[in-house]
Amino acid sequence: MQLSFSPEDEQFREEVASWLQDNLTGEFEKLKFRGGPGDEHMYPEERKVWEQKLADGGWTCVGWPKEYGGRGCSIEQQVIYFEEYARAGAPGRVGHIGEGLAGPTIIAFGTEEQKKKYLPGIVNGTELWCQGYSEPNAGSDLANVKTKAHFDEEKGKWIINGQKVWTSLAHESEYVFVIARTDPESVAHKGLGFFLLEMDQPKIEVRPIQQITGTHEFNEVFFDDAQCGADGIIGNPGDGWKVAMGLLGFERGVSTLGQQMLFQNELDEIISIARENGAAENPVIRQRIADAHIGLKIMRYNSMRMLSGSEDGSLHKEALIYKLYWATWHRDLGKLAMDVLGEEAEMLESAPYNLTRLQSMYLFVRSDTIYGGTNEIQRNIIAERGLGMPKEPKVQIK
Amino acid sequence: MDFAFTDEQKMIQDTAQSFLADVSNSDAIRAAMETELGYDEQIWQRICNELYFHAITIPEEYGGMGLGYVELVAVMEQMGRYLLCSPYFSTVCLATNALLVAANEEQKAIWLPKIMEGTTATLAYTGRNGKWDAEAIQATYEKDGDHYNLNGTLRFVPDGHSADLLIVAARSKGSLGDKDISLFLVPAGTKGVTQTWLPTMDQTKRVGEVSLDSVDVTHDKLLGDEADDWPKLEKIIQLATVAAAAEQMGGTQQILDMTVQYTQERYQFNRPIASFQAVKHQAADMMLRAEVSRSAVYYAACVAQEALSGGALADELPEAASVAKAYCSDAYFSNASDALQLHGGVGFTWEYDVHLYLKRAKSMEHFLGDSTYHREKVASLLLD
Repeated sequence: MQLSFSPEDEQFREEVASWLQDNLTGEFEKLKFRGGPGDEHMYPEERKVWEQKLADGGWTCVGWPKEYGGRGCSIEQQVIYFEEYARAGAPGRVGHIGEGLAGPTIIAFGTEEQKKKYLPGIVNGTELWCQGYSEPNAGSDLANVKTKAHFDEEKGKWIINGQKVWTSLAHESEYVFVIARTDPESVAHKGLGFFLLEMDQPKIEVRPIQQITGTHEFNEVFFDDAQCGADGIIGNPGDGWKVAMGLLGFERGVSTLGQQMLFQNELDEIISIARENGAAENPVIRQRIADAHIGLKIMRYNSMRMLSGSEDGSLHKEALIYKLYWATWHRDLGKLAMDVLGEEAEMLESAPYNLTRLQSMYLFVRSDTIYGGTNEIQRNIIAERGLGMPKEPKVQIK
Repeated sequence: MDFAFTDEQKMIQDTAQSFLADVSNSDAIRAAMETELGYDEQIWQRICNELYFHAITIPEEYGGMGLGYVELVAVMEQMGRYLLCSPYFSTVCLATNALLVAANEEQKAIWLPKIMEGTTATLAYTGRNGKWDAEAIQATYEKDGDHYNLNGTLRFVPDGHSADLLIVAARSKGSLGDKDISLFLVPAGTKGVTQTWLPTMDQTKRVGEVSLDSVDVTHDKLLGDEADDWPKLEKIIQLATVAAAAEQMGGTQQILDMTVQYTQERYQFNRPIASFQAVKHQAADMMLRAEVSRSAVYYAACVAQEALSGGALADELPEAASVAKAYCSDAYFSNASDALQLHGGVGFTWEYDVHLYLKRAKSMEHFLGDSTYHREKVASLLLD
C-alpha cells in the first residue's frame, strides 16, 4: 500500500494550485466558495466568464484524451485537480454537465462528426449542457420515460415531445441531452434513444422550480415538437439506455476528494461555531462532531480505495456504497449544523428568505439522499449487485 | 498512490483465510469454548511452526519475518472472520507490540525468540475501574535498590489466566494520571503472581485476572524508561486498537456473508426472504458498514506501520486508531444484531453460530474502549 502521490503528481498539484492562485482574483474574487450544490443559481454570468478563463488556461476537461482537447491527465492527476480546485474555493463549474456527462458520452458512443461538432464548445467553455433524464413519472423508475421521439422523413429531423424535470442550469445551457422513446410500443429501458438538442428553439420551454430553499436552480423543461437534426442521436434508436448508463460502470470517483474538501469546509465552520458558542462543551454535541469528523475521514479513505481499484471494470464494493454513505453523512451534517447553532439556527441572514450558508446547506442536503438514486434505490442496487440478492418480484397490475 | 494490497499481502490474506476456514469451523470453536484454556494448543503450534503468523512483525534478526502492520492486519481480519480462539491477539497484538516498542536490545534478544518458539504472552494494564487510558493503571510498584516490588490486581487481561509472560503496567504508589508509570516483564510462576480465569459471556475469548502480591522483580525486567513509560504504553495500546478494529471488521464481513446466504436459502411466502426489500435494505446497510470499516482499518494499518517504522504518517496513529475503533465497534455490533434479526428464530438458538458473533461483537466493542470513548478522544483532538 502506498498512500502518497508521486513527486511528478505533487508537481502537478503545485501547477494547479498556483494557476488558481494567480487567476482566481479580481473580478472572480467574489465567486470563491459560490455556485456549488445548493448555490448554483448564484452568479451564472460571472461563472460563465470563469469557465472560459479556465479553458484559456487549459483547465477544462483535464481527464479527457488529448485528441479531443483534454489534458489527458491520469486518475491521480484528476483527483489532484479537483482537490486543489475545491481547496482554492474556485466556484461551482457551469460546464460540469458537459465535461462530466455529455462529453464523455459523445467520446464513448458518438461518431467522428458528432465529436467534432460538440466537443470543442465544451472544452473551450463556450457551450453549456444540461441533462434531460428525469420526468414527472420517471424518477427512481428512470426507465419509465414517456418523452417520445420520431423521425420526420420530410424535414429530415427528429421531433421530440414530452417533459423533463429537475434539469439544473437549463436556462443557462446551449444544449440538452435527452432520453426519449423512439419505439412508442416499447416499455422500460428498451426502445429509447439518446438525443442532443439545441436549447435555443421556440418549441422548448423552461420553467424554474422553486425549491425548499426558496431559490431555484432546477427547472422543468417542456418539449413541444422540439427538433434536432438526423445527426442529433447518439448511437441507434433503441440504444438510448445503454448510452445513458454506459459511463456509470466506469465511475472511479475522481471528483470525490474535491467534494469532500467542500464538506470539510462546512464541518470546519460548524466546529468553529461550536467553540465560540460553547456547544463544544456539551458532551452530546462533542460526540456528534467527532462522529461527523470520523465519518468524513473514512469517506476519504474509502475514496482512496475506489481510486486504487483495478480498472478492469470489475465490481468494487467500496464504490457501490459511496453514494448512500456520503449522502447520508451530509444529511446528518446539516442537522448537526442547526443543532450546534441552537436557537440562532432560526435567524435568517435577511428578509424575505435569504438563508445563511449553513441554513442553505441544511435544507439543500435533503436532496442528496434523493437525487441520483435515492437511498432506497441505492440499497436495492447494493443488495442486488453487491450481495447477489434477488430482485423484488414484479406485481401484476390488473 | 495505491491504497490496495500488494500481491504478497493478498497471498498472506488468502493463506490465512483458507487455513482458518479449515481449522476454525463451528465445531472447533465450540470445542475450544468448552476448555478453560480457551484454545486448541495444536492449532497454536501450527500457527507458530507452519504458518508463522505470529512472526509477521518480528524483525528477521530475531527469527521473525520482518513484515509490516498491513500484513498483520490482513491476518487479524481473517481471525476475526472465523472467530479463531487463540492467544494470538494477546501474544502478538499486545505483548509483541510492547516488546517492539519498549524493550531494549537485550530484552528483545531474550523474549522475541521465545515468542517465535510459541511462548504466549499478554499485556496487563487495566485495574478494576473499567477505564482504558492511563487512569486504568492501578497496580503499584515501589523501588527498592535494584529491585521493584509490585502489588495490585489487574482485571480484563486477555489470556491473563494462561499467558507464559505477563507485561505488567504499574504506577509508583500515590501517583496519578499518566505520571510515574512503568512496564515490567513478569514471567508466569514468579513468586506472588496469581493468574485466574474469569468466565465470560463471550466464550470465544479468554479474560483473566492477574494478582500481584508483593512480587519482586529485578531491574533487567523493567521495560523502557522507569516512571516514564506512558507514552510508550499509549502507543502499544493504539497499535493493539488498530488490530482489534481489524478483528472487528473481519467479523462484520462474515456475519453479513452468513446472513446473505441464510436469507437466500430461507423461503417464506414461496420466495427466498432475500427477495424482500425489508431484508435487502438491512443487508445493504450491513454491507455499507463492512466496507466503511474496511476503509478505516486499512488506512489505520498503514498508519500503524509508519508509527512502527517512523514514517511520515506516524503522528496520525492516535486519531487513526480511534477513528477505526469507534466506527468498527458500532458497525460490528449493528451487523451482528441485524444478522440475528434476519435469521429469525434460528438466530436465537445455541446451535447456529450467530450468537457467537453477537457475543464477540459486544466483548470487542468494549475492549480497549467503546465507540463513545474513542469519539471523545477524537473530540478532544478537535475541540480542546
